[in-house]
Amino acid sequence: MANISGDKNIESVDYNAIEAMESFNKFVKKKNTFLFSITAAFLLLYILLPILAFQPVLQQKVFGNITGVWVYSAGLFIMTIVLCTVYVKKAASFDKAAAAVLAEYHAKGGK
Amino acid sequence: MNLVSVGFFLAIVSLTLVVTFIAAKRTSSAADFYTAGGGLKGWQNGFAIAGDYLSAAAFLGVSGAIALTGFDGFFFSVGYVVANLVLLYIIAEPMRNLGRYTLADMLTSRFNEKRIRGVAATGTIIIVILYMIAQLVGAGALIKLLFGIEYWIAVLIVGVMMTTYVLFGGMTATSWVQIIKASLLLFGTGLLATLVLIKFDFSLMKMFDTIAVDHGEKFLVPGMKYTSTIDSVSMMMALVLGTSGLPHILMRFFTVKDAKTARSSISWTTWITAIFFSLTIFLGFGALNFVGIDKILAESKAGNTAAPLLANFLGGDVLMAFIGAVAFATILAVVSGLVLTGASAISHDIYGEIIKGGKLTEKQQVVAARTGSISIAIVSIILALFAQNLNVSFLVSFAFCIGASANLPVILYTIYWKKFNSTGAIAAMVTGLVSCLVLGAMGPNVWSPVEGAAIFVGNPIVPLAVPAVITIPLGFIAGYLGSVLSSSKVPQEEADRIYKEIRVKANTGVSVSDVSH
Repeated sequence: MANISGDKNIESVDYNAIEAMESFNKFVKKKNTFLFSITAAFLLLYILLPILAFQPVLQQKVFGNITGVWVYSAGLFIMTIVLCTVYVKKAASFDKAAAAVLAEYHAKGGK
Repeated sequence: MNLVSVGFFLAIVSLTLVVTFIAAKRTSSAADFYTAGGGLKGWQNGFAIAGDYLSAAAFLGVSGAIALTGFDGFFFSVGYVVANLVLLYIIAEPMRNLGRYTLADMLTSRFNEKRIRGVAATGTIIIVILYMIAQLVGAGALIKLLFGIEYWIAVLIVGVMMTTYVLFGGMTATSWVQIIKASLLLFGTGLLATLVLIKFDFSLMKMFDTIAVDHGEKFLVPGMKYTSTIDSVSMMMALVLGTSGLPHILMRFFTVKDAKTARSSISWTTWITAIFFSLTIFLGFGALNFVGIDKILAESKAGNTAAPLLANFLGGDVLMAFIGAVAFATILAVVSGLVLTGASAISHDIYGEIIKGGKLTEKQQVVAARTGSISIAIVSIILALFAQNLNVSFLVSFAFCIGASANLPVILYTIYWKKFNSTGAIAAMVTGLVSCLVLGAMGPNVWSPVEGAAIFVGNPIVPLAVPAVITIPLGFIAGYLGSVLSSSKVPQEEADRIYKEIRVKANTGVSVSDVSH
């Protein structure tokens, strides 16, 4: 079973050296840009619901008696599933990038 | 009290107890107790997190709220589902990469100061107790409905059971109880929703038509509970951001071995919660249409028994007994998770790290963890006995508000902001916590001009039921100002070195993957 409390074993990792690597910074920047732009987008779409819900635009009936607020909410459910799938795919590529950074670090002689 | 109810009840209790005793054999170290040794698989932890989301407030509360207030109740469903994305995108993986047992562990990976640990642990204990009282009061009311036994006996039964799970089986048992409960709950709601759909000839349009014609079009748009935009915006902000600051949810990321598994957990949770909360429409509208508002209100003013009453209409005593037993399992599982989280703050953070300076043997840590569990359980049971007549849904919304205002700013700054320092961390946590409690105490849940509607009679000074729209920005601003204003006092070189380490660990998971073999 994984021993997650043994931080002392890896004192030898030179964090400064990794942090100074160009490939590391490029990867982190790319990752954070992706994470925060998507987060900003879904939070905006989300918080528009309680704002627009009280406006005529979402109070109109869309299908039969189903009003706009329900349709918008359903859209947010679908958005959640879609963005979840997008993240899982994208994260796999981030994992590869992180592994590449560490491989580069080890290749340079880091422990 | 009927035999079918007792049968389902005993079946669920025995199943969870068997799991606990199997888990007890594997619980020997502090890591086993708090985090199941970090050995849960992605799907297991995903079900367990979903179990934490789907508390009694979500299952009984949301379906009741939809039955009584239409779309206003569904706001909660949307909030709980989208909250997954915040966890997935910015919290889960760095949290797993930096933390050990508790939120305070994660914060002290950057600022190794006792006062940070103390404030974080205090916040955790307050959130856990607020959340737990709400669950215990709900449990008391539910058991009273099902078996007709006294409220105080019901609370004691739940209290003793949750303590048993935690004491003997630790996080392994608690997680499995959550997994069992989440599966039962998904099955139960799926069954109820299908039976409702059959009544409407599998037509969503027909269901909405019936509600509009028989009960009024006001159920199809917001406005029955939330009359102002700002009130609903505030509530929605607390839900979506508060989830990522709830200590019992955060603790679940330490039960898996690496960031990849933490991500896969949340991916599972997202699917489960999206399915579950879609079904709440059928539960709510089904109860409104087939049980009727008068009958729901007669049983519980907050609509908390709408789902069991719907089950009674659709499948008689047997189905009601089953749904009741599932609701009971729900409450038990959630309170067990809360006890464990509260115990981790008391025993690991306050006793183990602050008082004893982290110098406890493995055996002492386990004893401390068990002692902490018993104390947090006793305190909550006593408070719940006095809280019988309290409106409990506002306690839960307070917990979300504190999570979003006190914990989330510190977590985000710790991971992502280079200039953040320990003064900023204290400022953010204290400001977030105090502003929620103070503004909440001046709000409409505590003050109401109508006698009996709140604790005191009078006009609320703050008109917001949940003050998140004010307190979340306050938490972030306090963290920013605290850091900037105290920046000259911090030894910059050392702070930079630690931040670089955090940045590497959070983004590559280097420490976690290196020690796992």
